Amino acid sequence: MADGEGRNASPDYDGPPDYRVVGRHGMFPETTHDEIARFNFLTHMNRHLSTRVMPGVAEAFEARVAPKHAQETGKPFADRHEVRRALTGDPMWQWWSALRRSTMESRQQAGRWVTQRQADSLNAKARELTENDPRLKLNPGMKLPRGVEMIDHHCMPGSYHTELVPGDVTGPANYDSGIFATTGGMLGRFNDGGGMAVAKWVKETFPDFKPKRILDIGCGLGHNVLPLAEAFPDAEVIGVDAGAPMLRYGLARAKTLGVENVSFVQADVSDLKDLFEDESFDWIQSTMFLHETCYETMPKIFAETRRLLKPDGIVLHVEQPQYDASMTLFEQAMRDWDAFYNAEPFWSKMHEIDLDAWMKEAGFGDNELMHGAVAAVVDKEVFPDAADDDSEDFGRKAAWHVVGAKKVA
Amino acid sequence: MTSSIDPFLQAGAKSKGARPWFLKDGDVERVLNITMALAQEVSVLRERLDTVERLLERGDTVSKAAIDGFEPTREEAAERALTTQEFIARILRVIQQDREAIEAGEEMTSEQVGDQLAS
Repeated sequence: MADGEGRNASPDYDGPPDYRVVGRHGMFPETTHDEIARFNFLTHMNRHLSTRVMPGVAEAFEARVAPKHAQETGKPFADRHEVRRALTGDPMWQWWSALRRSTMESRQQAGRWVTQRQADSLNAKARELTENDPRLKLNPGMKLPRGVEMIDHHCMPGSYHTELVPGDVTGPANYDSGIFATTGGMLGRFNDGGGMAVAKWVKETFPDFKPKRILDIGCGLGHNVLPLAEAFPDAEVIGVDAGAPMLRYGLARAKTLGVENVSFVQADVSDLKDLFEDESFDWIQSTMFLHETCYETMPKIFAETRRLLKPDGIVLHVEQPQYDASMTLFEQAMRDWDAFYNAEPFWSKMHEIDLDAWMKEAGFGDNELMHGAVAAVVDKEVFPDAADDDSEDFGRKAAWHVVGAKKVA
Repeated sequence: MTSSIDPFLQAGAKSKGARPWFLKDGDVERVLNITMALAQEVSVLRERLDTVERLLERGDTVSKAAIDGFEPTREEAAERALTTQEFIARILRVIQQDREAIEAGEEMTSEQVGDQLAS
């Protein structure tokens, strides 16, 4: 950090802020001193692992793993999978991985403890805020998408859909209150740095764009879509997700934050024909969602976005960068860690897809495709700024690529 | 507990999907997980003690409510964060030294040095 003011009141300190800076909206769980201290420890553990331990994996790769492979095979690594398999035999990778997994599990336990001990009051609050509100449309009989049903994403027990009791929102409350520890505060007070970055990018790229209707697919608890609703207060904003608890919490949370122009719908985003007419949206957004789908549904999702977009409308998918020849096999292997060891099963396959080709398969033309890059927009006085941060937490950094299209009228 | 969900049972629940193990011996990794959970709790205690000290320094009443409601100033928060970083660096010393050993490359043992000094 160059500025002498800002979050570095102490010149020696360059790290995540205290957990107490999180934004406490009306659905945010209460936290005791020790629960906060637990999140603080986990935040610093993640920071320590990414800045002090993970560089050791790169050093071990250069000094031991790559030379050993060359000596044994006489050939360079063929692909990222070969690199990953070679890394799994190295102690530095093993200890970094064991500590990273342990920290992930502890983070889940910490957040679940906080939210589950006050489940009744959280669930009652969500019910009061959402009951009979037409902006919450649940579909209890819905079949879960395969990718959600088969595994609990990022070691989050119950994933996005499980209700431990009827009307349970402790899952999303855990996600919301604990992500600070996972990202070291990189997403800002309301975990909305990603959504704010997208809104800023759209306003800068399309200064005359006045969307009337915005669709967010795979919206989760809505932390990425609220900034869009706030940036375009005259727009009708709809978030769609498969997980009912996320949507219930999402609407309650939005209302306590004073964001009224957003509604939440439970559906499978690969088939929205019964819900929305052709050419009925000006903007369709997905943020860190495609990697939680699958080969079968991704083309359907792309085709749905094509069908739903109005002429001159835009579709944007925000993700971590795709793997291509410009990225070293080592970096690709490190970015694959979450796919193999943190229950993000489609992460690896998704990141090798030629997204442009898949968009074209769905009917978008070369002249319609667009690309960009965004970094989390946060209050730099308090939070670490991903754009200025040269550390790398492969796959976790709050800086993303944008792949999208503008539908030609 | 006033909740209809039992956090003693549920907070530490396993997530769906086979757990990957990384160390050569799964039992060592189990002990690592228990050790790190204890380290976390030591850090929690340390932060609590720091809070009590700062409340006393401010001349405030030390009560459970005062501890739960404590808000460090930015400078205090930075001091506490540094303490946590220092604590983690201290307990993960062996990993730091593993890194330095990579950098150092092949080194002589003390026995080898001793033999050379006596030759």
